[in-house]
Amino acid sequence: MSAPRTEIAPGEQITLIKPLRGWVSLGLNEVWHYRELLFYFIWRDIKVRYKQTLLGAAWAILQPVFTMIVFSIFFGQLAKIPSDGIPYPIFSYAGLLPWTFFATGLTNGANSIVRDANLVKRVYFPRLITPISAVVGGLPDFFLAFLVLVGMMIYYGLFPTAASLLLLPLCLLLALSTSMGVGLWLSALNAEYRDVRYVVPFLTQFWMYATPVVYPSSLLDEPWRTLYGLNPMVSVVEGFRWSLLGQGETVPLMFGLSAVASLILLLSGAFFFRRMERRFADVV
Amino acid sequence: MALPALRPGMAIEVVGLGKQYRIGGIIDRNKTLRDSIGSLTRSKLGALRARQPREARARRPDNTFWALRDVSFGVERGEVLGVIGRNGAGKSTLLKVLTRIMPPDEGHARIRGRIGSLLEVGTGFHGELTGRENIYLNGAILGMHRYEIDRKYDEIVEFAGVARFIDTPVKRYSSGMYLRLAFSVAAHLEPEILLVDEVLAVGDAEFQKKCLGKMGDVAGEGRTVLFVSHNMDAVRQLCQSALWLESGSIQALGPVEDVIKAYLADTTLNRTADIFPVMDRHYGIGIADLRLTMDASPVSGALDLRVELDVHADAALPRIGIGFGLMTDTGARVVHLDERLTGFMFDMQPGSNHFLLECSALDRLLAAGDYVVSVWLAMPNIGNLVEIDRAATIHIPGVDFYGSGHYVDVHKHGPLLFPLQIRRVEPAHSVE
Repeated sequence: MSAPRTEIAPGEQITLIKPLRGWVSLGLNEVWHYRELLFYFIWRDIKVRYKQTLLGAAWAILQPVFTMIVFSIFFGQLAKIPSDGIPYPIFSYAGLLPWTFFATGLTNGANSIVRDANLVKRVYFPRLITPISAVVGGLPDFFLAFLVLVGMMIYYGLFPTAASLLLLPLCLLLALSTSMGVGLWLSALNAEYRDVRYVVPFLTQFWMYATPVVYPSSLLDEPWRTLYGLNPMVSVVEGFRWSLLGQGETVPLMFGLSAVASLILLLSGAFFFRRMERRFADVV
Repeated sequence: MALPALRPGMAIEVVGLGKQYRIGGIIDRNKTLRDSIGSLTRSKLGALRARQPREARARRPDNTFWALRDVSFGVERGEVLGVIGRNGAGKSTLLKVLTRIMPPDEGHARIRGRIGSLLEVGTGFHGELTGRENIYLNGAILGMHRYEIDRKYDEIVEFAGVARFIDTPVKRYSSGMYLRLAFSVAAHLEPEILLVDEVLAVGDAEFQKKCLGKMGDVAGEGRTVLFVSHNMDAVRQLCQSALWLESGSIQALGPVEDVIKAYLADTTLNRTADIFPVMDRHYGIGIADLRLTMDASPVSGALDLRVELDVHADAALPRIGIGFGLMTDTGARVVHLDERLTGFMFDMQPGSNHFLLECSALDRLLAAGDYVVSVWLAMPNIGNLVEIDRAATIHIPGVDFYGSGHYVDVHKHGPLLFPLQIRRVEPAHSVE
């Protein structure tokens, strides 16, 4: 090795700037390099979310709780929708909890690039950080709302077994990955087409009714119930109920189907985002 | 494809860089899906109808233009390179490509070390967060690690002079405090390479002066700087060499004096290519034409400058300022008359608006030499909309102003015919 002597200081890096064409790698090592920024974005979102609100973080609890009350009255009491033998309030709340996390993450993710347009146009950082932080930033709200569920479980005397509890992190991961996948697709599209802004409320509403939040998936017969797992949120919601309340049932095949669907959403979303991001500074 | 390594001693190497814009992508900031579907259908229809008129087929390539094309240059470590050129010449695009805000479409560039730019001042500040929180957030956005910010935190606060309000949300800051804090964070980033775009720099004159001062510091420390500016004095002061961009390509590159001189000599009305109309697309207003004449007044024989200005407005626009500036052919400012100073503001009618700018007896005011005229349109509180920043060069002939047999020359004596009188007085007169 007789490389010419250079005066490069150790650790000093050379950046190569070249055209990007077609599909490119996800650049996850660079995202990792900027992990502090990821943390600061999440921190900023949480910090700002409840500034100048009277009730502050209580909103994280109030929203699902009030929705649960409304659902219990209309779907549980009046419409008498079956709930797999569990009291309807806790049945719907256990579904609403992951659902709210998913829907908020999706909405925030979809708006993330447009909201941070000023940054995107003026500073370089791995763009993936923006939607990732927007989706992950919903976790604290989720954990707060989770406390209510714990209270309700004690009240109704429904306790999980240690083994079934193991499924819970997997369900959360599934919700996170699905939310992120859709959020990545929508945020990249939103940069160019502001139609997305108007699509998102409809999408989340329709998706909720396509997910067993207010009703159990046991209303469906096989094989439709397993195929229902193509919507990953079905497995998330059912998995939550099964692992926490010990009620309902999980179909492993349905779960596998959901995991594959979610992974496809996530990967395709990430690659699509990477393909679109080079034009963000022009169009956003 | 293996690229040759960055030569030692070089901080930036740019080879054949090109950046293409789609015009539609720039104008339609709020494009919707419907527009895209519409244009898709139109192009499909165009393909179906093979005998489409020529102009319709020719329009496709017109939808894109090269903001940068075939740009190659190198910057040595510790060099301060000025980047000059008229508006829209590609200066800002060059900086955006070098800071990786957008990728190029051709060529490549290699950069050694961390790049920072003062065009990011205040980017990412959030009104609801306190000064302290914003320092950390902004530092992270600019690529600083937490330990670096920790180390420089006290210095940043002190430089900004906001210690007392550091735990107050910045939305309660005065605009001056806000800018000082934002600038202080950016100034403490200490990148190996600093990119500065004076055009995009925010703030008032005093703040910009501070930026220039900081830049001088940086250059003094042997750091590499790329300085984009319209201010020839500043470029000359700070840079050893300069790069002149014209319509996305390098027009000249070399020692700062030579490049500035060539740049200033190349005025709008000397060139054959018709640049008019120069429009601000957002407000739909622009300069449709500009004609300059210098004539001896029939009465006094003094030289009068007349500028006929045609302004085109898409719709009625109230209170548009017309500005006029003059500098010497080496770029020193003689006058810079903005609408705030002069109050020359007019309500624009839709369509054509004609104006006549007159400066009488210029040769009784200015020293002999060449001067460069600039004209611009501005909107109060918004800023300049369009600018013809070197419309033409005018020549002022020599005048033996002091009656000494010598002409007053702009380069030797300054631009003014200054009414200095010196005479002897007797002591008795002055004591009285």
